[in-house]
Amino acid sequence: MEAQGVATSKIRSWLKSGLERAYPQIIAILLAFLVGAVVLVATGHSPQDAYIAMLSGAFGDKYGIGQTFTQATPIIFTALAFLFAFKCGLFNIGAEGQLIVGALAAALAGISFGDVPAFIHIPMALLAGALAGGLWGLMPAILKTRLGAHEVITTMMLSYVATYLTSYMVNYPFKAPGWVAQTVPIAASAELPRILSPTQLSASIFIAVAFAGLIFYCLQRTAFGYAVRATGLNPPAAESGGINVKREMILALVISGAIAGLGGAGEVLGVHRRFIDGFSPGYGWDGLAVALVGGLHPIGVILAAILFGALRSGGMTMTRATGVPLDIVTILQALVVLFVTAPMLIRYLVRRGRYRG
Amino acid sequence: MNLLDIINVGLFAGGLRMATPIVFASLGGIFSERVGIINVGLEGMMLTSAFSGVAISFFTGNPWLGVLVAVLAGGLLGLLHALLTVKFIGNQIVSGTGINIFALGFTAYMSQVIWGSRGASEIVQGLKPVSIPLLKDIPIIGEIVGTHTPLVYIMLIITVVCYIILFRTPFGLRIRAVGEHPAASDTAGVNVFKMKYLCVMLSGMLAGLGGVFLSLGHLSLFTWGMTGGRGFIALAAMIFGKWMPFGAFGASLLFGFADALQMRLQSLGLLPPQIILTIPYIITIAVLAGVGGRATPPSDYKPYTKE
Repeated sequence: MEAQGVATSKIRSWLKSGLERAYPQIIAILLAFLVGAVVLVATGHSPQDAYIAMLSGAFGDKYGIGQTFTQATPIIFTALAFLFAFKCGLFNIGAEGQLIVGALAAALAGISFGDVPAFIHIPMALLAGALAGGLWGLMPAILKTRLGAHEVITTMMLSYVATYLTSYMVNYPFKAPGWVAQTVPIAASAELPRILSPTQLSASIFIAVAFAGLIFYCLQRTAFGYAVRATGLNPPAAESGGINVKREMILALVISGAIAGLGGAGEVLGVHRRFIDGFSPGYGWDGLAVALVGGLHPIGVILAAILFGALRSGGMTMTRATGVPLDIVTILQALVVLFVTAPMLIRYLVRRGRYRG
Repeated sequence: MNLLDIINVGLFAGGLRMATPIVFASLGGIFSERVGIINVGLEGMMLTSAFSGVAISFFTGNPWLGVLVAVLAGGLLGLLHALLTVKFIGNQIVSGTGINIFALGFTAYMSQVIWGSRGASEIVQGLKPVSIPLLKDIPIIGEIVGTHTPLVYIMLIITVVCYIILFRTPFGLRIRAVGEHPAASDTAGVNVFKMKYLCVMLSGMLAGLGGVFLSLGHLSLFTWGMTGGRGFIALAAMIFGKWMPFGAFGASLLFGFADALQMRLQSLGLLPPQIILTIPYIITIAVLAGVGGRATPPSDYKPYTKE
């Protein structure tokens, strides 16, 4: 009895501290929806109708929920990718490109080997995705540590290169017959199982959640994670403390790219079952927003990814039902980023609100 | 086909034209970084202005009014960036990225509200090219610089003006001092916060000119994501040009040339378009890699707080 009481009070205090930590993020989300409502009203739409349609589309039935988690899956990957580099003091804003090259590599691995058992074929294709993404992270890492080129510019430029290069691949050498720029379907042995038919939700979400835990463990409980964080906090201090700062930076960007690439692989093996040109509606940017809104914490990241997945899946329902352009979702996402950028702004607004109230 | 089909006077004229938006934005980057604020949001400011200019020209039929509103829109986003990073000490790169995402969403959203299309606006009244008398009659040079939209000539003038402001006036000295040593500037009586607000807004306005050049000066319409990373290329030009107006101008010419070459190769159909489209980005990375380590930024970009 007593042990149980201790346990519940522990859970309660854990929840309480979690809520306290998430307080600025929650306010930021609410403010974003408020400003989003202003945009909707200004353009002649009813925010109430739009938000309700979004909510019911995202969580109203089994299909909606399945699609919400389907959309959340790649976002968890890209958010973890951004988070890992960020902890090392690096801004990897090119997760979009890393995701795309990972997806193409996984598709090619999924197509190329026919008679391989699934338990070999799937990991092989996933690994191909991670390697391609990792390579796309290695380039800015080397440009940064050896040549001093800022990663914000190089990761962004490489994202464009990835977009056009993969587009070339599926328009020319690997194009499937027909009008659409896409590859042929992957072999059945490379398909990640779907777990909630008829939705597209696949086992990729288990990998995503497992990686959230793994990344957290690595950062908080291992010597390598400590070195990464020390580098992020104060590179000169880390260097004089015996940490090879350049090495940590390279590893962090490669791992960051690999995680994003794995996310792309998950999309191909689980959702689309082939590489389609332009399949990502901007999961890389979602990841950046989600990592920040999630407070750079794995549980926060998963929760925020579900929210952003809901925006994407519910957004489509909203557009069909109310005619509000889907891009309101991108606006909301940007507003959340802008509000969480400056926790002082949130505190300032809350304080003013209190005085007035 | 011979090489002259690719490299000729038209290519150089195109290079100057395509350098224009990058010059404007990189000058914007200089003003912001000279007061110690990194402006990754140049891209979004350009995109928002490109859209605003077309929207105003669409409703009023007056492209110059479009240019004016585009500059104001850029300045407004600059003010937002300054508020978030100077007053509320937010992360400069995150704020800039937020502005970029906002611009992408907002312009696509408004495009659908106004024209019912996410991909492209209707064709609007753009800026007409002008010919400079005498200059246009000089052989070769006349063909390259003689006939352009007025924004190209405005760009040339503004580059010189930026140099004079930054390096030949007390105001410019204050700008540079604020970035290099905010505490000392404050002690010397410079209003550090005011300077930062002013310069980041100016940064947005210059980026706005670059953006509106793309839409009203170049195409006479707005298309989705039409800035295509030029805000980031402008940052690279700024670094390559060592945070100096003429340096950034020279670097932008190089990138503009790469852009014009890319367009020329596309129209000739020599290689698949997707491969050609990567050229400006790869050149940007290569230039940055060549110069990155040796360029010393004008500031440590730390937020300034009064004791």
